[in-house]
Amino acid sequence: MDNIIRVITVFNKRKADLKEYRWYKILIRYASVGRLKLMAWSIVRAVLIIGISFIILYPLLMKISMFFMDQKDLYDRTVKWIPKNLTLENVKIALEYMNYWHTFMNTVKVVLFTTVLQTISCTLVGYGFARFRFPGRSLLFSLVIFTLLVPPQTIMVPLYMNFRILRLLDTYWPYILTSATCMGIRNGLYIYMIRQFFRQMPKEIEEAAMVDGAGVFKTFYSVMLPSATPVLVTTVLFSIVWQWNDTFYANLFWVKNQVLSSALSALTDNYQQFLRITEGIHEFSPVYRSLLDNVGMLLVIFPLLILYAFAQKYFIESIERSGIVG
Amino acid sequence: MPKKGLTLQQKRAWSGIIFILPFLIGFVLFFAYPMILSAIFSFSRMTIHTTGYELSRVGIKNYRDAFLVDPTFNRELVESVGNMLMDVPLVIFFSFFSSVLLNQKFRGRTLARVIFFLPVVMSSGIIATMESTDYLRNYVMTLGVINQNVETSTVLGSFRLSHYLLEIGLHPTMVNYITSAVNRINDIVSMSGVQILVFLSALQTIPPSLFEASNIEGATGWENFWKITFPMLSPYILTCVVYTVIDYFMSPKNVVMETIRTTAFVLANFTYSAALAWIYFIVVSILLLIIVRIISKRVFYYE
Repeated sequence: MDNIIRVITVFNKRKADLKEYRWYKILIRYASVGRLKLMAWSIVRAVLIIGISFIILYPLLMKISMFFMDQKDLYDRTVKWIPKNLTLENVKIALEYMNYWHTFMNTVKVVLFTTVLQTISCTLVGYGFARFRFPGRSLLFSLVIFTLLVPPQTIMVPLYMNFRILRLLDTYWPYILTSATCMGIRNGLYIYMIRQFFRQMPKEIEEAAMVDGAGVFKTFYSVMLPSATPVLVTTVLFSIVWQWNDTFYANLFWVKNQVLSSALSALTDNYQQFLRITEGIHEFSPVYRSLLDNVGMLLVIFPLLILYAFAQKYFIESIERSGIVG
Repeated sequence: MPKKGLTLQQKRAWSGIIFILPFLIGFVLFFAYPMILSAIFSFSRMTIHTTGYELSRVGIKNYRDAFLVDPTFNRELVESVGNMLMDVPLVIFFSFFSSVLLNQKFRGRTLARVIFFLPVVMSSGIIATMESTDYLRNYVMTLGVINQNVETSTVLGSFRLSHYLLEIGLHPTMVNYITSAVNRINDIVSMSGVQILVFLSALQTIPPSLFEASNIEGATGWENFWKITFPMLSPYILTCVVYTVIDYFMSPKNVVMETIRTTAFVLANFTYSAALAWIYFIVVSILLLIIVRIISKRVFYYE
């Protein structure tokens, strides 16, 4: 540092070479160790974040690139991202063999029912666990966690048998019944999140509402619930996404009817079946199968991506305020 | 429910029970009852009629078959547990690291967060299952560009990486672990969405006063991280490990889950599949217990 300052005083005396003088000024401004460290870190951080983002986006970019790609281009060494021969053929096949519009409507209905019911029931239960004291509360709450630990395969067969005997398979009832009673996909997690959120609310709010004459339920929905939006957004988003992509319950509750996820898993097999009957082709190439799968996958997650694009603002905000770990 | 003579506390207790009533009903009807039934199934043989089914007791035959007769189940179970033990540390490390990154202030942070949570939307359920087995993706990820079979280095260059690591003098098993982690980075990233969320919101709960105090004492960022951030987050490491283990065992990608499902619905062997599910459940529970024991000893609790 002393050296630099001496150099600068020398330069101050004879400012003949203005260019070099400026250079030393810049050096002094940026050469402090702390600043250098900060800059180095922010570069490293940028590289890391861009790298990981690329890894995350890679499958999506690949699907988008394949969406209009002709089969020929897959074998073309010069084609990497942007297809040479554009075609809608694969999209048409995927739409047809997934019976897209019909299964799409089915999925929307299922997801709508389950999301609304799960959110309501889990909010009630989470609130009950957070704000009231009753005998056996901690034991009952450990049962909530227990439902998360048990693989759904354990209860799969009896559930299937019971709904079969009741003739409720292929209707919306299995979804409605399980969702309304907090037994849908990972509902224990939602209860846990919501409980953690309500637990951190100050007791004074509740007491103030009670003094003003609000009953237990009135306190719940007009005082406590409005502030719970962040955690509810997270719950709704999770429950939509997990139900949308779920095949386990879709195959368990619906044998003949299909939702998008189950249609997607059967897509290439169905098409191959068709080709076998009409053209006698027994096995098509794994590359083409993968192409069709990718087109189908993009068709399935496209609505979710749109939804996420709209909801991300609330979702990202909710991370800071939901306090799901409380 | 008696109306008269209740104290305020008793009244509140009753309202609490009314609030959790949906769960109680669901737990009994759609959880406890099926679980008991499935336990009974696992000790029986089932004959199916058009109207229902009939059970006959066979003792522990199903369980014995699973371990002694079934050629694949043992192997799949061990494989699944082994993979879990390999993946969970990676997922935790990655999500911890990402959440610390995403918690810092920088330009484009919101965009970065949007992208980092994309796996929650994009890789769950069927999409995750299909992607992990997708021919083209695996091909591109492991061999470089299609039609270039001679290409020896992978997209992420782990071939060269392993070379360097061996040169440094690391043990080959360690090198294998690191390179396989690099090759499966996609799977690891796609498993980490919820964990990043948990860590990120846990970071918000650290009182800023701690950092202020330590900065005044002259601590560096590195020291702050190891002396404040890490211990304060350690309880959530436990939460995330438990979540990851459960998520790993419950995901439809898991071979054992798939076997149990096909045993029931493709081979129509319902009772045997119930026995497999119970074995699986017990194995998972024991593993979880051990893991929780080990970690909770090292966890730091604030206050």
